[in-house]
Amino acid sequence: MKLGFFLREATRAMRRNAAPTFAALATVTVTMIMLGVFIPIVQATKGAANTVRGRVLVDVYMKSSATSSDETRVRKELLSVPHVKSVEFVSKAAAYAQQSKQDPAAYALLASNPLPDTFHVVPDNPSNVLAIRSSLTPPATGGGAGTIDQAIQTVSNHKDDTKKILEVTNLVTITAAVLTVLLTLASVLLIANTIRLSLFARRREVEVMKLVGATDWFIRWPFVIEGIVVGAAGAIAAIVVLGVTKVALLDPLANDWTLIAAPRTIPFAALLAVLLAAGVIVSSLGSGLSLRRFLRV
Amino acid sequence: MAISDSKDRSRRSAAVAPVTRSSKPAGAASGGQPVVEFRGVSKHYDGGDVGLDQATFSVVRGEFVFLVGSTGSGKSTVMRLLIKELDATEGTIRVAGHDLEEIARKRVPYYRRNIGVVFQDFKLLPNRTVYDNVAYALQVTGSSRKEIRNKVPDILRMTGLSTKLHNYPDQLSGGEQQRVSIARAFVNHPPLLLADEPTGNLDPETSIDIMRLLYRINRAGTTVLVATHDQAMVDKMRRRVIELSRGRIVRDEATGLYARDETTREFAHRMRGDGTRPPGV
Ligand SMILES: Nc1ncnc2c1ncn2[C@@H]1O[C@H](COP(=O)(O)OP(=O)(O)O)[C@@H](O)[C@H]1O
Ligand SMILES: [Mg+2]
Repeated sequence: MKLGFFLREATRAMRRNAAPTFAALATVTVTMIMLGVFIPIVQATKGAANTVRGRVLVDVYMKSSATSSDETRVRKELLSVPHVKSVEFVSKAAAYAQQSKQDPAAYALLASNPLPDTFHVVPDNPSNVLAIRSSLTPPATGGGAGTIDQAIQTVSNHKDDTKKILEVTNLVTITAAVLTVLLTLASVLLIANTIRLSLFARRREVEVMKLVGATDWFIRWPFVIEGIVVGAAGAIAAIVVLGVTKVALLDPLANDWTLIAAPRTIPFAALLAVLLAAGVIVSSLGSGLSLRRFLRV
Repeated sequence: MAISDSKDRSRRSAAVAPVTRSSKPAGAASGGQPVVEFRGVSKHYDGGDVGLDQATFSVVRGEFVFLVGSTGSGKSTVMRLLIKELDATEGTIRVAGHDLEEIARKRVPYYRRNIGVVFQDFKLLPNRTVYDNVAYALQVTGSSRKEIRNKVPDILRMTGLSTKLHNYPDQLSGGEQQRVSIARAFVNHPPLLLADEPTGNLDPETSIDIMRLLYRINRAGTTVLVATHDQAMVDKMRRRVIELSRGRIVRDEATGLYARDETTREFAHRMRGDGTRPPGV
């Protein structure tokens, strides 16, 4: 009976204050669309950064005289180095086949295969690449860089490139995180402010309710329910817009443009759930809390 | 709360057609049970304004008291202290024996349900019909729908609003709006009714109707305290008058004689007077 009363109070308020209610709803919709577009972009950017970082490998080139027993031994040695996640062996024949397919003209000129047997060493974390590299190249007794096995010719040296890649991708990830926080904060403030304005217009009403002996929660519940309804409706409107856009615009493009199909972004359904929850929580908390000021009569 | 039981009391007294003893100055001295008691009450506002200065008076059950004085003399301050919208800086205020200082903030809404309030600007809820405005005062107390369906039409009939049930406040005249606010103030049959300049926005003829309604409520057993600066009205009503000037009580007396059991009809007749119609009518 009480809940029924509060529900009726909330719907009455929304009907009779259609303009401010619509303003609050539109604010929620716009901010949620903004978040709905931005979250996948941030995620895709982070995904791209991680993909680039994932390509950071250490290549170990074997001597051309290396035998298959050398290969087995070196593989074992590499795997025992700290931070190594896995190693992948590419034989000189396989490397040649791959390269000559990419650039047949150039390789046609070569009489023999110039490529060595190679191990791609994958780090557990891209930032550990440099550590792995130095483990693989202990200082040689005669000065200069040695290797951990005599069958190893060299260890790839892209120290500067690797560093740069790590720095740039770090920066991209941090920027994305900061932007996410800022945008979320801006959304919360925008919604809270709209609600505060619409409550401000109704503060006299709250005052009167207090005068006839209404308790704070008796006054507050309808406002909170109103917040829930506005938040949900605004978020659903945003979801519809985002869904239509995705189906009508992005999905057809995704076939040609891989960034849009970015595999590492949040699943669409999860994104919608996040938006709905955010809309409802921000909006209902917003009205419940903003009301506090006007209840002090 | 002790005063809440007087809902029944007022019904009973309404049935036996009341009540009122004539009010003498400083009603407590006459031995009745004080409903309102101010003892050395001062209110200093934050800015340094003195709202009330060492006010001492009491109002006994069933009295009809005018609070007069020019603008800024402290009438509204008395009202706001009584509904605990303000706290006294100094002194003690008791309502039906309860020291207001001892009522916790959380209990204030429950306390207020025992006091009907009427204001110059009506203070109706703009988004509700006449019916719903009055019903709200009952919903607040957790009344059942059945109770509301019984009480609201009754009280609206008494205040002459039966035909305006479904109008919104902005579709009513000032006098009608004030009637709604009185109906809302009285629907719980509070033992105490406060009216702060209830006729301040109304023409003289409408004012008389409103005063008549308040008198009727008073006759049903409710103690009524009316703040006004309408001297002509006060003179005609011939009730107890407490006059304030710059926060101090400068007069507290019954102005002239009046019939104790004057009916509301007689009352209205006398108020309109034969040769002494209120100015402007
Ligand atoms: N909220 C307030 N803050 C500061 N001063 C106030 C406030 N309300 C009233 N006052 C001052 O208190 C005095 C009494 O005011 P009030 O009780 O409203 O008088 P009345 O109702 O008789 O016109 C005035 O001097 C007024 O300026
Ligand atoms: Mg005043």
